[in-house]
Amino acid sequence: MMNADNSPRQPYSTYNDWYASQDRARLIAKSKDAENIFRKTGITFAVYGHADSSEKLIPFDLIPRIISGREWRKLAQGIEQRVIALNAFLDDIYHKQEIIKAGRIPRELIERNEAFLPQMIGFRPPGGVYTHIVGTDIVRTGEDQFYVLEDNARTPSGVSYMLENRETMMQMFPELFHQNRVRPVENYPYLLRHSLASLAPPGCDGKPRVAVLTPGIYNSAYYEHAFLADMMGVELVEGSDLRVIDGKVRMRTTRGYEAIDVLYRRVDDDYLDPLTFKPESALGIPGIMDVYRAGNITIANAPGTGICDDKAIYSYMPEIVEFYTGRKALLENVPTWRCSEPDSLKYVLENLGDLVVKEVHGSGGYGMLVGPTASKKEHAAFAEKLKARPANYIAQPTLSLSTVPILVNKGIAPRHVDLRPYVLVSDKVQIIPGGLTRVALKAGSLVVNSSQGGGTKDTWVLED
Amino acid sequence: MLGRTANGLYWMFRYIERAENSARLIDAGLRMSLTRSQATEDDWDGVLQSSGVRDIYDDLYEKLSSADAIDFLLRDRANPSSVMSCIDAGRNNARMVRTALTRETWEATNECWLDLKAMLARRVKAADLPEAIDAIKRKTGLIRGAFHGTMLRNEIFNFSRIGTFIERADNTARILDVKYYVLLPAVSQVGSSIDNVQWESILRSVSAHRSYGWVYEAEYKPSHIADFLILNGRMPRSLAYCYEKIVSNLGYLAREYGESHAAHATAEETLTSLRNHSIKDVMDQGLHEYIENFISHNNRLGQEISDGYRFY
Repeated sequence: MMNADNSPRQPYSTYNDWYASQDRARLIAKSKDAENIFRKTGITFAVYGHADSSEKLIPFDLIPRIISGREWRKLAQGIEQRVIALNAFLDDIYHKQEIIKAGRIPRELIERNEAFLPQMIGFRPPGGVYTHIVGTDIVRTGEDQFYVLEDNARTPSGVSYMLENRETMMQMFPELFHQNRVRPVENYPYLLRHSLASLAPPGCDGKPRVAVLTPGIYNSAYYEHAFLADMMGVELVEGSDLRVIDGKVRMRTTRGYEAIDVLYRRVDDDYLDPLTFKPESALGIPGIMDVYRAGNITIANAPGTGICDDKAIYSYMPEIVEFYTGRKALLENVPTWRCSEPDSLKYVLENLGDLVVKEVHGSGGYGMLVGPTASKKEHAAFAEKLKARPANYIAQPTLSLSTVPILVNKGIAPRHVDLRPYVLVSDKVQIIPGGLTRVALKAGSLVVNSSQGGGTKDTWVLED
Repeated sequence: MLGRTANGLYWMFRYIERAENSARLIDAGLRMSLTRSQATEDDWDGVLQSSGVRDIYDDLYEKLSSADAIDFLLRDRANPSSVMSCIDAGRNNARMVRTALTRETWEATNECWLDLKAMLARRVKAADLPEAIDAIKRKTGLIRGAFHGTMLRNEIFNFSRIGTFIERADNTARILDVKYYVLLPAVSQVGSSIDNVQWESILRSVSAHRSYGWVYEAEYKPSHIADFLILNGRMPRSLAYCYEKIVSNLGYLAREYGESHAAHATAEETLTSLRNHSIKDVMDQGLHEYIENFISHNNRLGQEISDGYRFY
């Protein structure tokens, strides 16, 4: 947030003046108010394996993260380019596989990947869109240096926090929104509904009927599923509500079965259709993949998109972007060592203390090693895991992530953050100006995941 | 509307109603043990029976004690009708149908759950019991208030109301089923103090000890009490009142959907019988048989609603 000379960076100047005029005790009281609002509203998530408290709050910090319009435009261009490349890549690997033929990506990396679905080969989803909703994780290391950390192209979560954080800030500090020209994010549910409806399948006659598919109230993101369905004004369905009848996916209503045209599913590929994937899945809809391939339903995101946010594929993103857009990637990748390659593995093992090692298919900050903060013992244990299954890991340098201020009892203190903007893809790419800023609440920590004690902030993109 | 949503609304409101009724039963039991010169643990036997959980209690406890019975009725999750079990289940259903509820209704339900969970985290001391029972009635009352003040009068409202009244009718009928012998003229010595306590306890367990006085001029008479709880259409917990509401809400659904189900005929039949009988008819037919018959019809109605509107 600060310049080298310790003055606040330009986008923060108005906020900084406001902050200087505030009484700290009042802000800390407001902070408690915010927590009460969240608890009362039930904006909670479930942490698996926590028996004592099945529903937890994500801590909310009331100092906004502020991005200037100029910075945002630059980011948005990079994200748009990347999302276009991801869709082109998916279309290619499920059709002609030009990128493999051109020798840019090893064939086995795709075809032996669990996230690659042979059932999608030769099938083009409605509108040619695979990733309807993307949440690109971005970190910043300097004034003009951004890196993409991950492309969440399956079912990115957290957008409800983006919306609720803004709502809470506007309730608590309306004056801030008079003083700063903050671009709105509130219309996200409206944009999402229209974006989904615009990709109705060929078999849809009449007004497209959209529904959100949730695994149910015990899922960690259930609140978000209900919230989005509510805000879009569409049904929130579970697998047990749906059945394939006469070639269409239909939901059981109090008046009989009614067809669904577009399904925004928050259920993993594996659980989507017990006839095609995991036979024991009780969350899915038997036969939905046949309906899909017959052009009678749109599934968002498309099955099989997981292949493009795999961490092993991630390391090829600069090549992927260049291959499909013909231009160098505007946003940089974090340098990544693929432990499957012997030279890389050797380097990683020798430099564990400086690296972050992640599981290729992992998420949520589970199963990773943060070299600089881990103990000798942890290093040794992790080295064994690496040697046993090298292809299961990638490693990246620890970046000196930017910090933004958070409110603590003694005033403000710097903490590391990342940023997840949300992108909607239909016949156009729409990037919501803002996103979810996740913040590591422990001093010095680089882990921002909510499952590991991270918090969130409102994220402002200014008009300028 | 999804069948599962209708089901969730129906059960959300059944459970909230049941939580409130469990609190009332405890209140009545407490009152009875306070007014008796010689408090007996048998008072709690009646309460456990009215709540339909005497068997579960016996499986878990060696003997009947008022402290255990109160704890069991208030917060034991092994008891599916304990206040805490009902609030858990009601709130879980509310979470499932969240998109059908106004923000106010959801928040009142969630706050009720948060507050009661904190209040009932450990055994409630005897001295704190009246306050705890009040808090339960107050918190569930807030849900009802938010619901009435903010919900659209549409199918969502109808399924919720049907759940409330099926449950309430069942509760009132069960209280009568357990205590019917107190109301039989043959065995009652009118005016004996033991009867007065019993009668008052029945009225108290449906929060009607004051309103009874307004209607029947404070004259305790078994047939009046039976009339009040069964046939009086102005008494909000009577069987007749519950069925007026069930029939009218089912009627809205039939008009909106343009079709009716077996449930409609069943509900109307019960209502007609409640409207056309006098309390003398009921007593002549046999109070006990009448109530048993009612409970089984009420259960059948619940099943028919679930089938007709595709709850599963």
